[in-house]
Amino acid sequence: MNLTIVSGPPSSGKTAVILKTIAALKSRGVKVGVVKFDCLYTDDDKAYAEAGVPVQKGLSGALCPDHFFASNIEEIVRWGKQSELDLLITESAGLCNRCSPYLKQVKGVCVIDNLSGINTPRKIGPLLKSADLVVITKGDIVSQAEREVFAARVSSVNPRALILPVNGLTGQGAYELSTLLYNPDLQVETVQGMQLRFPMPAALCSYCLGETRIGQAFQLGNVKKMDLGEPEA
Amino acid sequence: MTKQTLARLLEQQPYAADFFKQNKLDISGFEQLTPAEYLAHFSPEELEDRALEPERLLADLALYLEQMRDFLGLDEQQPLRTLTILPGRDKAGQAEDFERLTLHTSEIVSIVGPTGSGKSRLLADIEWAAQGDTPTGRRILINDAPPDPQWRYSSRHKLVAQLSQNMNFVMDLTVQGFLQLHAESRLHPDPAAVTREIMTAANRLAGEAFALDTPVTSLSGGQSRALMIADTAILSASPIVLIDEIENAGIDRKRALELLVAQDKIVLMATHDPLLALMANRRLVINNGGICQVLTTSPAEKAKLGQLQQLDAVIAAARQQLRRGQRLS
Repeated sequence: MNLTIVSGPPSSGKTAVILKTIAALKSRGVKVGVVKFDCLYTDDDKAYAEAGVPVQKGLSGALCPDHFFASNIEEIVRWGKQSELDLLITESAGLCNRCSPYLKQVKGVCVIDNLSGINTPRKIGPLLKSADLVVITKGDIVSQAEREVFAARVSSVNPRALILPVNGLTGQGAYELSTLLYNPDLQVETVQGMQLRFPMPAALCSYCLGETRIGQAFQLGNVKKMDLGEPEA
Repeated sequence: MTKQTLARLLEQQPYAADFFKQNKLDISGFEQLTPAEYLAHFSPEELEDRALEPERLLADLALYLEQMRDFLGLDEQQPLRTLTILPGRDKAGQAEDFERLTLHTSEIVSIVGPTGSGKSRLLADIEWAAQGDTPTGRRILINDAPPDPQWRYSSRHKLVAQLSQNMNFVMDLTVQGFLQLHAESRLHPDPAAVTREIMTAANRLAGEAFALDTPVTSLSGGQSRALMIADTAILSASPIVLIDEIENAGIDRKRALELLVAQDKIVLMATHDPLLALMANRRLVINNGGICQVLTTSPAEKAKLGQLQQLDAVIAAARQQLRRGQRLS
């Protein structure tokens, strides 16, 4: 089975791109399944189910979604193997721009959109910087110049990634993406023992543990304070 | 390359500055260090906080510099002269009925066919420089040879630029700031001069002139389209321009096409606007996913075009009169 980890900011078009790509893969007889991760709510699983794609949904609820991903990926891969998939795609939203769910030996795809603004590539951390493939969406509604500047900036923060424009509505570019995602010679049996490409941010403070009160007296653990400097009189 | 001091690196390859900027690395005060020494000055806490990996960054910097050198050298190495489409098959698996279709720089070809007939697929085949590896099985040749993979994979040197009537500016910048930014990202040696050149060209296309300090988001439909076309013609590195309809309001479409071909572009235009379609010397008729006919515009059609252009001039003049608050005579 092939495994691909797709991630990207909320509403960047991940599901639309994956659905169009799966349609292209299906026409070549590749059996694809999806696991959709989100935090509080998603009904993208219905969109996959309607397209006849085997799908699982994981809501992290009160947990950080990327931590939740890391704790579940092993079982998910087992599910994919048992479902006899040729390709398993996991989809998760990067919510704080700091985490990234990519594993070292597994293809990582970041989906990012032209509408998010030309400074976005600079704001997103390992989610964009350590992806193998960057898919840029919504190119059909911005100008050629904006597409060029956006792609150049993505390339500055991640020069080794392949950058591919894909239109999630018309599917332009999805066939091309599908040829890059599925390689019958690449087989993943299990992800046990694999490593994340980038450590997730440290977070273990009183608020992680359910504290709701504000004030220094209630803050324990990994607490970091802003440097506000001296007030200007 | 990355063994030099930052100062020397920036002197020799000024575009390195953008790598540091986009990666949020403030190198001021550290110019006498090498990139590796500079990255070594961060404490482990700072590295974790900023999500930095020095080894990866150094490797990325070397790769970035290499890509930029390639990018700068490309224009001289590989000017595109011809684009050739070798036939594939339509959705029913029928072979397309043409032998080989070669387009030259400064040529305009129109594409016609009903919605869903496969125009997007044709444009995508060209964009991806298909090598029999897309659903149509078409092959694309550049200068009569299979294209260099860089056309497919380089983010800075795409084969095609696209223009469609659904495109809008979304940046919060003035026209000047916008053109400056695009020129910088293209590493243009003289952003001020190219900005002037684009403005002059755009204002020749637009029904109403606009100024450099106009925010791009407040341009009218016609002005936006004029700026997009002038910018794509003059500043985009892509030698092929794919147009998906140009609206007819507030823009001189004939001049727009002339501007594009004057810049040695190959123009492919999906349109059902007779004024545009007949301006091309050839048109491709698409049906059921395949190119079913390649028509050469006939003398009778060119004569028809003349009549249509006169009609269009009448409508354009009436529009201009209305805009000026005049009565139509």
